[in-house]
This record gives sequence, structure tokens and C-alpha cells, in this order.
Amino acid sequence: MKFAVVVFPGSNCDRDMYFAITDALGQKADLVWYQEADLSSYDAILLPGGFSYGDYLRSGAIASTSNVIKQIREAAEAGKPILGVCNGFQVLLEMGLLPGAMLPNKHLKFMCHYETLKVENAKTMFTNSYEEQEEIELPIAHGDGNYYCDEATYTQLKNNNQIAFTYKNNPNGSVEDIAGITNEQGTVLGMMPHPERAVDSLVGTTDGLRLFQSILTHWRDKHAIKA
Amino acid sequence: MPSKLEISPDQIKQQQLYKEMGLTDEEFESVTNILGRLPNYTETGLFSVMWSEHCSYKNSKPLLRKFPVDGEHVLQGPGEGAGIIDIGDDQAVVFKVESHNHPSAVEPYQGAATGVGGILRDVFSMGARPVALLNSLRFGSLKHPRVKYLFEEVVHGIAGYGNCVGVPTVGGEVQFDDAYNGNPLVNAMCVGLIDHKDIQKGIAAGVGNTVMYVGAKTGRDGIHGATFASEELTEESQEKRPSVQVGDPFMEKLLIEACLEVIHHDALVGIQDMGAAGLTSSASEMASKAGTGMVMNLDLVPQRELNMTPYEMMLSESQERMLLVVEKGREDEIAEVFRKFDLEAVSVGEVTDDQRFRLTHLGETAADVPVDSLAEDAPVYHKPSRVPAYYKEYQEMDRYVPAVDNYGETLKELLQQPTIASKEWVYDQYDSMVQTNTVVTPGSDAAVLRVRGTKKALAMTTDCNSRYIYLDPETGGQIAVAEAARNIICSGAQPLGITDGLNFGSPDNPEIFWQMEKSVEGMSEACRQLNTPVISGNVSLYNESFGGQAIYPTPVVGMVGLVEDTEHITQSHAKNSGDLIYVIGETKAEFGGSELQGLREGRHFGQAPALDLQTETKRQQQLLNVIKQGIIQSAHDVAEGGLAVALAESLFNGGLGCDITIEGDPAAALFSETQSRFLVSIKPEDQEAFEQKVEDAILLGKTAGDGVYRIRAQEGTVVEEQTDELKQLWKGAIPCLVKSKD
Repeated sequence: MKFAVVVFPGSNCDRDMYFAITDALGQKADLVWYQEADLSSYDAILLPGGFSYGDYLRSGAIASTSNVIKQIREAAEAGKPILGVCNGFQVLLEMGLLPGAMLPNKHLKFMCHYETLKVENAKTMFTNSYEEQEEIELPIAHGDGNYYCDEATYTQLKNNNQIAFTYKNNPNGSVEDIAGITNEQGTVLGMMPHPERAVDSLVGTTDGLRLFQSILTHWRDKHAIKA
Repeated sequence: MPSKLEISPDQIKQQQLYKEMGLTDEEFESVTNILGRLPNYTETGLFSVMWSEHCSYKNSKPLLRKFPVDGEHVLQGPGEGAGIIDIGDDQAVVFKVESHNHPSAVEPYQGAATGVGGILRDVFSMGARPVALLNSLRFGSLKHPRVKYLFEEVVHGIAGYGNCVGVPTVGGEVQFDDAYNGNPLVNAMCVGLIDHKDIQKGIAAGVGNTVMYVGAKTGRDGIHGATFASEELTEESQEKRPSVQVGDPFMEKLLIEACLEVIHHDALVGIQDMGAAGLTSSASEMASKAGTGMVMNLDLVPQRELNMTPYEMMLSESQERMLLVVEKGREDEIAEVFRKFDLEAVSVGEVTDDQRFRLTHLGETAADVPVDSLAEDAPVYHKPSRVPAYYKEYQEMDRYVPAVDNYGETLKELLQQPTIASKEWVYDQYDSMVQTNTVVTPGSDAAVLRVRGTKKALAMTTDCNSRYIYLDPETGGQIAVAEAARNIICSGAQPLGITDGLNFGSPDNPEIFWQMEKSVEGMSEACRQLNTPVISGNVSLYNESFGGQAIYPTPVVGMVGLVEDTEHITQSHAKNSGDLIYVIGETKAEFGGSELQGLREGRHFGQAPALDLQTETKRQQQLLNVIKQGIIQSAHDVAEGGLAVALAESLFNGGLGCDITIEGDPAAALFSETQSRFLVSIKPEDQEAFEQKVEDAILLGKTAGDGVYRIRAQEGTVVEEQTDELKQLWKGAIPCLVKSKD
């Protein structure tokens, strides 16, 4: 399986994402500079964390208007797995691929530490290696991670099983403890916690690795069926 | 020669305008002699910044020469952007510490942020990828609203810059003392990783080669920053807020990636960042190091504001700028690399063979001076030194021993002292994990980062107990190096070398100069003994605030060590119930400069704890030896607050308790700050092996699964507390102080 890690100016978790795929998952990945991107040959697209365009204007706002976005939309329409982590999640929200918006953390400070998450939906292509309601440990590192949506949107997210992860102890003020959501089809996942930082027991937990394994499992199943 | 409106050379001399720029009468005369004429306004500016303490080390040079700078693994000592030490496999570690005290005192967010930006450029301009940031911070008492503001904004500034550029802030130290009320210290350290073949130099070699300017445009910010940094802070310093630079970490991130690409281009000859004294220092130093000259056309310098004068352009300290020398005719190839990152690389000058530094502006010569006169010929002062009266008085005092009647309460009070209390409030704001190499995150003795693709790891720390140095600069200087080494050893690494961040008051005061002299001598001795050469550093003088109160002498030690195998990585946190707890090293009643003395007396006096470097070295090596053999479960150096605090800290992560028995006077056993001690835990089955290999180990007791922190002495149980309750006090102290409104 071949992953594209899209690199925007100011992305800074791009290499971490790359190593999570190549070293920990053992699959192919390319760092794709946003201007040179031809995403058609990739099986999955990863939007890494960081500060694209320095978070100027709003987190993720400027990146969401760049040329590569058209291709990301096409990939989404084709049903390819698209994962946005942290700033990548913010880009997906700004693009409108996922509903809602991101506010500054409720205490207005950047924070970086491990949080306990609950897997709310273990049936998606991103979460099939977890158990339903399983508690996992993943790091967060963000200043604008306070997820907001209106009540109607929340009801929709809830009814469609689009809430993938929630925080056990809400650190940032997110609506209904939301840490990660998918689109209606379950092919696009945005999340604030960093699974790519939790793929090697030397530097933390390995709870994030199973997210990438889920994507791989889903892809293999799908291709086996086709073949 | 200068533009029409510029002040004439005669006016500069008659009105002594050079003094406002920081040059003395003698220095101005010396400039006149070098040039054989009076300098014009721009030239006076060039000399004033290049001959400032910040750029020339004119007051500290004779002292810096005392430092041992060589070692078998040293690839680059002091003199370049940062020092470099070999770590095997054709890899090397690059590091340096730098101060940003004065800017942070007047504009804490930007002052701290640009301090981080500057030290990053020092490291990546060597060709290294920055892999970690650390810092060493000093503030006054958090009771003062302004100190609180400085503390919050400095931390915010460090976070704002470091998080954005994607370099983890993995460690550091924060201490609080009244001595820093008006003059906080903000020292930032950066560690980079490099392959030997990629090491760059900041040289302008090859006559005819092109000088290129890359990065942010030049504005009027930070003009005369280097001079400002070389003066005492006064009431008027607040007016120098415009003198503080403004950082753009996004631009820095682009520069990092672009520069790490461009170093692989064979058209690149030399690269240096524009730090203190901006374009002036980078350009003149690059030419001076190569033995060449340089001519620059200032009309070509990218400018952010209209009608900038040569003086303003040359003295601006606008951030995120680099200067490159590239092979003539290949400028486009270099520019192409930067274009990918939306950065413009502009040709602004040429390397010449005349060893002169020439600037043109609007078709006229704006400056023409010998290049070495700027970079090499600054005066060197051998300042008078005098033993301070306070030192003599302290040395003659009887040994200070506080009376303690309630040991548990005393421990609780100590744990809530901001210098000892948990710094989680600080480091939670830093991204300590980006780049996913951080094996040991903030909160242990040293941070540890793996070197991806190898079994190696790097341990790093910053340390300096300035109270000891104030009481006894020579012993205190030794302790600073020894303590840093203890932290490195406790994490399972062999110390490699240090970078020094020397922060002092005014060297014009003979008693302050004596502090500098003695602490440098102490540090040098410890560096020789512990085999940790000084490979880079920074000097910040005139740290005195309103009313002439000097800070405690604070020579910060930034140390890096090498872990041979990630299996050796050890933390300060005890792991298992029933493990044996030992202290390595005997304890004496040494309370001069201790946390308990400060708590009880509101000041520090008497004698600093003694240090024997031979004992220190022996214990360190014996401990490292057993760590490598896998015998040690946890290791923690005994520092501020003594054994009781060290023990509590080692239990906080695992929720364990302890049951230990101490000998002798409980106050000394628990709270004395005797040096060269370590607190370790081992599995019971390793007792024999451990005791055989570590000579000075004293068995204290065991860790306990019941979560009770229990200490017994001859007279019975002297402390019995819930570890968790102690932890809450320790953890809550700083958030509580920051929130309180009085």
C-alpha cells in the first residue's frame, strides 16, 4: 500500500507521519510537496500536523486554498482513505470535507501530553483494529484543538456514527469531548491527537500504530474482494 | 561621502555621539587611528556594535581563554555558529546556548521567541538539523505582578516559536529568586544532529564569489540590539521596546528546510546566520575568517521599510535572515532551491581580495574599513578584580544549621517552593514530542532523544545553582558542571561536552568581575576533571536592574551526553514496589545557599556546599557502570531541597510510597544539600552486585506499594505522608502562584 504525506509550508509532523508508515507499518510512503503533488497513484492521503502557513489567518485556512486541495477533494470523492491529524484536521475542516470548526483551547494555552481516548466507532476503515469503547493513550499537541459544531451538526454526527474518538478527560473544551470525526461515508478522518507519535514503544505507546494498521487491513480486504 | 542628511564625522566627534552608540573615548580614538580619519556615521555604528561586549567579548575574552576547549571528540570548538562533537558512525552533535535577557526584560514574548529563533539559526547554519531545544530561565519572586507577567509571557514566547518550527522543547530549568526581580534570564539552547560530511562553515572564500541574502526583509527592528544587550537595564530601557526584534517562526521553518537542502548544493561556499549585529557581523566575520574582503551594495538588500539608511540596514537585527557566499555564476541554482519555499535569495555583494569591508548606497560609498578591524581588532580589557566584602564575611561565618521541628511540614513547604515545584505548567505548553525521538520527556533529570536508525541516544540538560555561585563562585562553578554531569549520568549517558551561558552583572564592578573570574576557573577545573570540553557559549553582562542590583552570577551549563545503547536509558522515577533505595554519598550538614535556608531566612548566606571533584568523578563513573549493566531501576541526583525532596520526586510518577530509615540528625539527612549524591533504586536480587560495584552506597530502605511516604529516624517515625498528597502540593504550587492576584 502506498501513502502520500502532503507537505505544506510549515507542516512539521510530516516526517513523523512518513516514518510511522515506512518504519512502523512497513509500507511505502512519499513526502509530497504541496506544489508538486500528483496524488492519483496513492492509495491513501495523509495530512500531517504542524503550522501550515504559520497558522496565519486561521489554523489550516491558507493551506485549504492551495492547488493540491482539488486533488484531495477528488481523492475523497473516489473514496480513498484521507487522514488529517492536528493541523491536517484543521485543513479538512477549513476545506469543508468535515463539518465544524476549531477554536483556541479553553485555557488559551498550547498543551502537549498524553490523553486517554475512547474509541466511539470501531467499524471505520481507520479504527477496525480497535475494540468498541476501548480506551487508548495518544499524545495531543495543539493550541487550537477545541472542536466546535452546532447542535444540529452534532446530532447528525452522532446519528451517522461519525464520531470516531472522544476524550476521557476533555482537555481543550471540545463539544461533547470530540477528539476525532469522520465524514458521512467514513472515508475521511480528522483528529487532534497524534497517532503517528505513538507507533514505537521506545518513545511512547503503540496505540497509534493500530490506526494505520486499520487502514492497511481495510485496503487489503477491499483488494482481496476485487481480486 | 554619506548621504546629505547624515550627521557629519566632525559632529560625531564634537558632540561625542559615539558614546550614545556605546563606544568610549579611547575606543573612538582607536577607530580614528585605524581608519586614519574620522569615521562617518555608518562606520561609527559598525564599530560600536562589533566592539560591543555581545559581539567582541572584549571584557570576557581573557576569562574565556581559561576554558578547556579541546577533546578527542571535538570537531568544532568555540568560534563558529555552534560547537560540534563526534558521536560515531560519521554522525555528530551540534549545540550551543544563547542568552536573550535584555530583550526579554522589556518585551518578554518576542524577547524569548527570538532567543529561540536565534539559537536555532546558529545550529542549522552549521548544516545540522535542529532536534531539540532546551532553556534555562530565571525570574524574581512570583509575588510581584510584573514578574508573573514576565514568567507567563517568556514561556508563551518560547512555546510560540519552538512549537511552530517543529523542534521539540525537551528540557530545561526554571528558578526563582529575588535577585532576578528586575532582570530575568532567558537562555535558550539548541541541539542539532549532523553527518560529518555536511558540516558547514561561515566563510566568505573565493575572490569574486557572490554574497547572497536570504530570508526576511530588513526592517528597523532591533537596531543596536547588540549594544542594548551590553548595557545595564534602567527605567529608560522600557523605551527601547522598539529595539526588540519581532520573530516569525513560519519564516524560520521555511529557512530551516531550505538551508538544509542548500547545504547539499556544491555551489554553496559559506553560510552564516544574521544574529546579533545582523548584516554587519555576519558579513564581516565571514570575510575575516576567510582572510578576504567584501563589497556590498545596500540598494540590493531587501528592505521592509522605505528610505532606510545604511546605518539602519547594517545595524538592524531583523530576524530570520541568512547570508550565503556562492560560486560566481551559479547564483540562479541557489536561488532556485529557495524559490521552492517561497524565499528570495538576492545577490547583494562580492568577495574581494583587499581585506576591506566596503558598502555602497545610492551610488556612494557608505563605509570603507579594514574587515579585520571589525571582527578581530576589538579592544580586550583586563578588568580589575576584587574579593567582595560579603564573600569574606560569609567564609568566616559559623556553619548555618536551621532548626527543624516538623519534618513533614518542612518537606511540604519545600515541595511548594517554585524552584522545586513541578514545572509541568511550563513544559506542558511546549511540544516536547514532535520529530518523535523524545524517549525521556521533561520532568526527569535529563531529556533523552534517540538517534533514529541507530542504537544511540542523546541525553541533554541545562543546570546552574546560582545561589552556590553567589556564595562561592569557584566552588559553585564546579558544582554547576558537576550537577549537569550528574543529570546526564543518571539518564544512562556519558557526558560529552558543554556549552556555557555566562550571565553576570557589570564587569566594570571589580567585585562582579571577581565573580566571573572565579566561576570560570571553577567551571574550567570541573570540565577538565569530568572530561567535558567547552565547545560553544555566550556571554551576557550588565544584568543589573533599576537601582544597580546585580543578578546572582549565573553561568548556565548546557551539557550533552551520549547513550551508547537505548537499553541504558534510565529515569529518575522509581518503578517497582519493594525495590531497595540507596543514597550514594554521605551527607553533611550543609545549608549555605540551600532551599531551606531561603525558605527560613529569606536570603542566602554562609558557605556553599563543598565539592571534591575526584569523589564526584568516581561516583559518576561507578554509577554509569552499573546503569549500563542493567542493575539500576531509577537514578536521580540529590539537588535543591536535599534527600527528602529527591525521594519524593522519584516516587511521584509511579504512585509508590517508601519506607526508609535515616542516620544522624534528621534535618541534615533530609534537607542538607551536600553535593555528589545520587538516589537510586534497584531490585533486591541485585543487592550484592550493586554494593560490590558502588563504593559509597548507603542502603536507606525500600519502595512501598501502599503509597505512604515514610521516614524513620532514631527517635521514631519523622515523616509519614501520602505520596499522592505531597504530589498534589508539588504539582499545584506554580499554577496557584500564577493565578493568585495579590
